[in-house]
Amino acid sequence: MNIVIIVLQLILVPLVSPLFIGLIKKVKALLQNRQGSSLIQPYLDLWKLFHKDEIISKDASVIFRIAPYIVFSVTIVVGASIPLFASFIKNGLTGDMLMVVYTLAIGTFFLSLAGFDIGGAFGGFGSSREMTVSALAEGGLIFSFITVALINHSSNLFTIAASNPFTHSHYFLSLTLALGGFFIVLLAETARYPFDNPATHLELTMIHEAMILEYSGKRLALMEWAAANKLLIFCALLGNLFFPFGLAANTSITSLIIGIISFMVKGGIVCVVIALIESSIAKSRFFRLPDLLMVSFILNVIAIGLIF
Amino acid sequence: MIVLISLFIIGSFGSLMLQNNDEYSNAWTTFFAIAGSLWGLIFSGLTIISGSGSAFVAKSSSLPFLSFSVSIDYLSAFFIFTCSLITLFSSLYGWGYVKHYYKKYNIGVLGFFYHLFIAGMFLVIMATNSIFFIIVWEIMSIASYFLVVYDHNDEENVKAGFLYLIMTHIGTAFIISAFLLMYSYTGSFDFAAIKSGAGAIPLVAKNLIFLFAFIGFGTKAGLIPFHIWLPAAHPAAPSHVSSILSSVMIKTGIYMFIRIFLDMIQPAPLWWGLFILVMGSISSVLGVLFALTEHDIKKLLAYHSIENIGIILLGLGSALTFTSLNLPIFAVIGLTASLFHTLNHATFKSLLFLSAGSVINATHTRNMEEYGGLMKHMPYTAFFFLIGSMAISALPPFNGFFSEWLTFQALFNGIQLMGFYPKWIFIFSTGSLAFTGGLALACFVKAFGATFLARPRSSHAEHAKESSASLLIGMGGLALVPLLIGIFSGNVVYLLENVSKSLAVFKQTSKMSFLTTPLGLSVNSGFASVSDPAFILFLLITVCMVVVISRYLINRSQKETVARTWDCGTDLTPRMEITATGFARSIVMIFKGILKPSIQRDISYHDSESRYLPIGKTITLKTHDMHHTHFYQPLYDIMTALAYKIKKIQSGNTNAYILYIFIALIIALFFIL
Repeated sequence: MNIVIIVLQLILVPLVSPLFIGLIKKVKALLQNRQGSSLIQPYLDLWKLFHKDEIISKDASVIFRIAPYIVFSVTIVVGASIPLFASFIKNGLTGDMLMVVYTLAIGTFFLSLAGFDIGGAFGGFGSSREMTVSALAEGGLIFSFITVALINHSSNLFTIAASNPFTHSHYFLSLTLALGGFFIVLLAETARYPFDNPATHLELTMIHEAMILEYSGKRLALMEWAAANKLLIFCALLGNLFFPFGLAANTSITSLIIGIISFMVKGGIVCVVIALIESSIAKSRFFRLPDLLMVSFILNVIAIGLIF
Repeated sequence: MIVLISLFIIGSFGSLMLQNNDEYSNAWTTFFAIAGSLWGLIFSGLTIISGSGSAFVAKSSSLPFLSFSVSIDYLSAFFIFTCSLITLFSSLYGWGYVKHYYKKYNIGVLGFFYHLFIAGMFLVIMATNSIFFIIVWEIMSIASYFLVVYDHNDEENVKAGFLYLIMTHIGTAFIISAFLLMYSYTGSFDFAAIKSGAGAIPLVAKNLIFLFAFIGFGTKAGLIPFHIWLPAAHPAAPSHVSSILSSVMIKTGIYMFIRIFLDMIQPAPLWWGLFILVMGSISSVLGVLFALTEHDIKKLLAYHSIENIGIILLGLGSALTFTSLNLPIFAVIGLTASLFHTLNHATFKSLLFLSAGSVINATHTRNMEEYGGLMKHMPYTAFFFLIGSMAISALPPFNGFFSEWLTFQALFNGIQLMGFYPKWIFIFSTGSLAFTGGLALACFVKAFGATFLARPRSSHAEHAKESSASLLIGMGGLALVPLLIGIFSGNVVYLLENVSKSLAVFKQTSKMSFLTTPLGLSVNSGFASVSDPAFILFLLITVCMVVVISRYLINRSQKETVARTWDCGTDLTPRMEITATGFARSIVMIFKGILKPSIQRDISYHDSESRYLPIGKTITLKTHDMHHTHFYQPLYDIMTALAYKIKKIQSGNTNAYILYIFIALIIALFFIL
């Protein structure tokens, strides 16, 4: 039974993350009065890419070749180190909030280097923009984690997810502010509106797409899949740290099933909200983004100040 | 201990005597430096592990007050260990690196000052008498000045050395004032006697001592706003010397902070710790921002030293704050974090300086805009630089992450425990540490990318060759250290915790380790815990699985074609790549309030009157260090104005001078009677 839970914890994120990408695309299509592609289309795309031949730039060094493996593996490691459907797993080794933040930074680091590596104008500017956004998002991300960590007296994500949400009712305001801050960081880190447009290939607006422009075949598949994983990781963190309902507290089958269902529902709700936001607002100008990230940071600072 | 110093003394004078033959003199220098640092490593390592300090006092001095007293306790043993570790690898590297100075400069002199500088550093760490301390401090400073101006054919280097000499002596003036103040209240120049008599120092004098020592040693540590010499002087020195300057010498300032504030003049008022926290935050954020604007690779690294000194001070500041509030357990966490970061910064910063030196050796320029594509020509150097970059950006599994993690924990404790105002200072410090981490990552993507990736942007970079074996061994040995310290972070922190607890203020804390678990680190009985071995194992297994599954299981019949980068139909030239300046430009524009970027456009024309046919355009992008314009320039103006005022009494008239002597005599008489 325990083996099953551990395997599930390991593969759940990569297994279902393309589904959530499909969900966002579907909701966006419906809002645009289109039928949209099916929910499982991202899986088919990945399968297709994994079977294609690759073209690699002659300017690329070894960094470009190994980056997809590292970026993808990092999302697997982080995906397994955070609470997903069960909170009874006491991961005291890699489940620390700062460990998660800095492990994700490894992925950003190699992704940006890979963008730099091909020597085109797009890749370099993509990495420059990505690093600017993620450098400024880091303050908000760490601070929203600190808020929930201080309220729950632990910076272990599983311990936070195992807490009873109703005992913190007097921290309601703090948690709401931190949630707002975290949501802004979520949009920034997962390359969503108003920070980035995941559907564009226009040179002026690309951030994430510009960095992976030269990839093809299975390396592109890994990069796309890693981006999907990262989106799901942030959705899971939002769902389980700020709304710790429904997580399995023991190994009984019923609680596990409830845990998985609530995980899928939470992820789905966050993705629908993202799709609604993407359909209703425009992408911001690049130099407006720091203001938004500062708002996230300041919201979190106020949230910490309100904890006593 | 005597062996240690004498090895360096023999090394220094021996190399001076062999100065006629470059080869012998270099070999002599390297041999004694390696022997000395190995001895230092073993000796200090044993002291830390066994826990028995030793003291050696020679009272044979004929001068009053001066005694050549040195002693090694836990704290100095730790700093000697760090110093020896870096010296070992830097000397090994220097053996090959110095070769390109043959016939150009005197190698014997380099060896002489190199050894004198290191011996001075060791003595600074060991000295326990203020006057002896000042003497060895000056030996260290002067010897390092001569190392900075060693490459004296370059006008810039001589200027940088001069600035360094002035700044370091302003610092020394403040240090001497601090020691004199301590003497006037405790009646002794001996550190132990000052410590036992510290209760007699009134609060005002204590605060003055704090400020003087902070300015004096802060100048050496390169704290903002006393940092202006550091980005000029460190790049000027030969690379293996820059590595020691940046990773060890500036830490002597940190050592004296700990020695004086936490050991000698306890108990400390609350504001000292908070003040250090604020200064540390400012140094860390501004240091990394200035680093982002640099495109001189060694200056960039030098600014990162300022940033990391700031991070070390965050740990130290929280330790001091908790000590004043009598919370020794939390103070130990802060102090251990700052010691751990001291060690870690020394390892990865010297690794980065050595690999930057290897690049400079191959390309003969420090300008990052003229690099590019070096990964293909210098794969080993690139790999070592990558490890250094990951470690300094606090990415696990390297050591930088664990010390920053511990620093974060110390600051979290502050947020949880403090009253209203101190709490906000801790929140401010945590915020600056968080932003520093993100900006450092951006800066090292820029440094690594612009140097090693994409296409070469100059003919130097196109024809670069990998460095010689001695350089590679020096870097390679050092590259293992960040990973090993990361993996064994639990054990290292266990030892450093003992070092922290050896200070008298923490005597009453329990002997049991409360920071380590068998697999890693853990604070506040499980508030937070991490483990590097588990993380590495997990990451490695995952990477292997991903590679195997995606390359061999899903489909193994695909082809990989090598072709051109997509170029929109034109031919890509190196001018179309992003440059270091371009990469950092967006961050510079976001922080334009602090960095004050300026653009100057110059267009030259074939026909200067009608201006129809331009020859070329020049765009100069600059950023201004606001300390020059807002701190040093006004200071300089005031000093000059004052000097002009005082000049008036120098009339040149003998009668006037006799009058001055008369007035002076009368005043003296008043004081005596």
